[in-house]
Amino acid sequence: MQLLRKVYRFSSTKHRFASDIKSTNRQKMNLFQAINNALDIELGANPKALLFGEDVKFGGVFRCSQGLNEKYGTDRVFNTPLCEQGIGAFGIGLASVGYTAIAEIQFGDYIFPAFDQIVNEAAKFRYRSGDQFNCGSLTIRTTWGAVGHGALYHSQSPEAYFAHTPGLKVVVPRDPIQAKGLLLASIRDKNPVIFFEPKALYRNAEDEVPLDDYELELSKAEVVQEGKHITLIGYGTQIRVLREAAKLAEKDGVSCEIIDLQTIYPYDGQTLVDSVKKTGRCIITHEAPQTCGMGAELSALIQEKCFLHLEAPIKRVTGYDTPFPLVHEPIYLPDKFKIYEAIKQSVNY
Amino acid sequence: MKHFMRFSKISNAFKEVPSQYVYQIDPIKNFEPIKQFRVIDLEGNLIAKEYNNIPKETLNQIFDLMISIEEMDNLLYMSQRQGKISFYMTSFGETATTVGTTAALQPQDFIFPQYREQGSFMWRGFTIEQIVNQCIGNHLDGGKGRQMPVHYGSKDLNIVTVSSPLTTQVPQASGAGYGFRVNGENKIAATWFGEGAASEGDFHSAMNFAQTLKCQTLFLCRNNHYAISTPTDDQFRGDTIAGKAPAYGMRTLKIDGNDLLAVYNGVKYAREQIIKNKEPFFIEFITYRIGDHSTSDHSVLYRSQEEIDSWKSGNNPINRLGLFLKKQGLRQFNDDHDNQIRKDVRNRVIAALKHGSEQQSPSIQDLFTDVYDEVLPHLQEQYTELRQHLTKYKDQYPINKFKGGL
Repeated sequence: MQLLRKVYRFSSTKHRFASDIKSTNRQKMNLFQAINNALDIELGANPKALLFGEDVKFGGVFRCSQGLNEKYGTDRVFNTPLCEQGIGAFGIGLASVGYTAIAEIQFGDYIFPAFDQIVNEAAKFRYRSGDQFNCGSLTIRTTWGAVGHGALYHSQSPEAYFAHTPGLKVVVPRDPIQAKGLLLASIRDKNPVIFFEPKALYRNAEDEVPLDDYELELSKAEVVQEGKHITLIGYGTQIRVLREAAKLAEKDGVSCEIIDLQTIYPYDGQTLVDSVKKTGRCIITHEAPQTCGMGAELSALIQEKCFLHLEAPIKRVTGYDTPFPLVHEPIYLPDKFKIYEAIKQSVNY
Repeated sequence: MKHFMRFSKISNAFKEVPSQYVYQIDPIKNFEPIKQFRVIDLEGNLIAKEYNNIPKETLNQIFDLMISIEEMDNLLYMSQRQGKISFYMTSFGETATTVGTTAALQPQDFIFPQYREQGSFMWRGFTIEQIVNQCIGNHLDGGKGRQMPVHYGSKDLNIVTVSSPLTTQVPQASGAGYGFRVNGENKIAATWFGEGAASEGDFHSAMNFAQTLKCQTLFLCRNNHYAISTPTDDQFRGDTIAGKAPAYGMRTLKIDGNDLLAVYNGVKYAREQIIKNKEPFFIEFITYRIGDHSTSDHSVLYRSQEEIDSWKSGNNPINRLGLFLKKQGLRQFNDDHDNQIRKDVRNRVIAALKHGSEQQSPSIQDLFTDVYDEVLPHLQEQYTELRQHLTKYKDQYPINKFKGGL
């Protein structure tokens, strides 16, 4: 049995940007390996950390928990019954008595049974108790976004539902290096965090990921590419699409500034505002449906703070207001051509 | 190859076991109801003598608290009618379950309440003043005036704050109980819920998780026969709630919830079993909600006064315990003494209401604190905006009601 032990994090470093990490101790990893590495680090450093969810024990359907049950034992890395509302509540209960609960929901599309627990309980636990109790050591990891053939129930981007809930934090990483640092920061953040992992990137995204214990700051957006003429805002898988669209625009002489929001809520409005004040034009993009998506929120903020700097209306390039389709996916997605077209229209306004 | 070798020990391999099969359709039709554990009868006579083991002092403290709560509930109900507090929920008829249970638990056990367990709070030391201050929502409220009345919580007393959504606390208690087990702690997570709340999906999740994952969790169901206006006949079929527990593989007791000795002994037993076996335990208390659901309810609209009276006089936890104490010579019944207890409680409630209503509300800033562990920039901005607005329109708002004003 583990006894209570103070957790020492001598080696964890905190950074604003991945580029600040000077470590040469790196290894080529894809997204699921980076997630696995982060989980391994936390389980190793924190004896009160527990990892659980459906199919977590054998390694997870996306291999994120590979090897962790063998290493840390079934008390700490375990399968739960097939019940998302139970997984959410179980995690809240563990966190409320001081454990670090890392709960996995296999697909973001299936997070809704846990919606009541997340929105009514986790988000409000500290506030309603007058800070006598909290479930800050809860992190819910779940998969997110289009994967090419997922259709209605294996492709959703539900971040907007949770961004509308004070008390929660919502994070979406764009690549393995960010994912590891943001996940460790999310787990250690003293507030419940929903961490959306872009499933399309689990195998496809690779990078030289530092092996150290490091965290990347939450609620900080990152300018991943500097530019002069227009600000492009996105997150997760969409950052790659933005880079491609920016290349197309560059051929027309348009210099694009690309910002990765990283933390969806509470987001870093200042970085967005500073950028749009500089460029005067803005496009926001996400796979999630247009109405009441994050694009709507960010448009509202930017027009409020940058009104006199805007040279063109803010345009959102998003999924349509339909359920996520199967065969229509290639024309549903906000791809590089749609973004390129929006850039052109903005620049020519 | 290594992957396949790891799973070569297949636990679900097919094995022919002839005794597993029957050759006639013979469905399960009857549910033999679980019997209620009882120690004293309706007149307080001791039936199950081996359970007459509770210290005299404890019994008297329990009795004192039960009548105190009755008095306090009466007064706070009336104070709502008088507009002194906005809402209240009494616990008439159910204090043997709540007080008896909490007396049988250990102080380090976490309790996840529903909303009718002032008995649990007060046994552990939650005061009349704390109750009244929470109901008023003044700056002395430990919850910082954030919630409606009766949504108490106490970190010091290991009782997690009440929340309105029903049954949500039950699977949380499964989680907490899991943590206690894997960390080898001599602690259980005890959770309250009514028989109506047990219809929620969260109840099923909680039970399944607790038994499957071996959680040190004690499930405590107050079957008080009504969920607001909904009687048990409209709520479930089968053998009440206790009948569901064995299906999860869980040890189960059904207890006469108006029998204090049965409650105390049953809970003590259950707790020992949980720590010993490192598995959850389920208890259903059969009791009756003598009062209305809340101050927003008028229960004679859906049940007869005769029915209420049949429990109030025929199966009343305070009367049964009192008669037991009297017959066993464990308490000197003296009108003056008991009336004094009630009078002291009344005076204390009245004083708390007066003092509490004179207090300010928590500060304006406390609208924005505790959303997160710190006040984040966007909230800081919104707070600043509110301050500016309140300053400009200060005559339109009760600014001085808030501690610290502007």
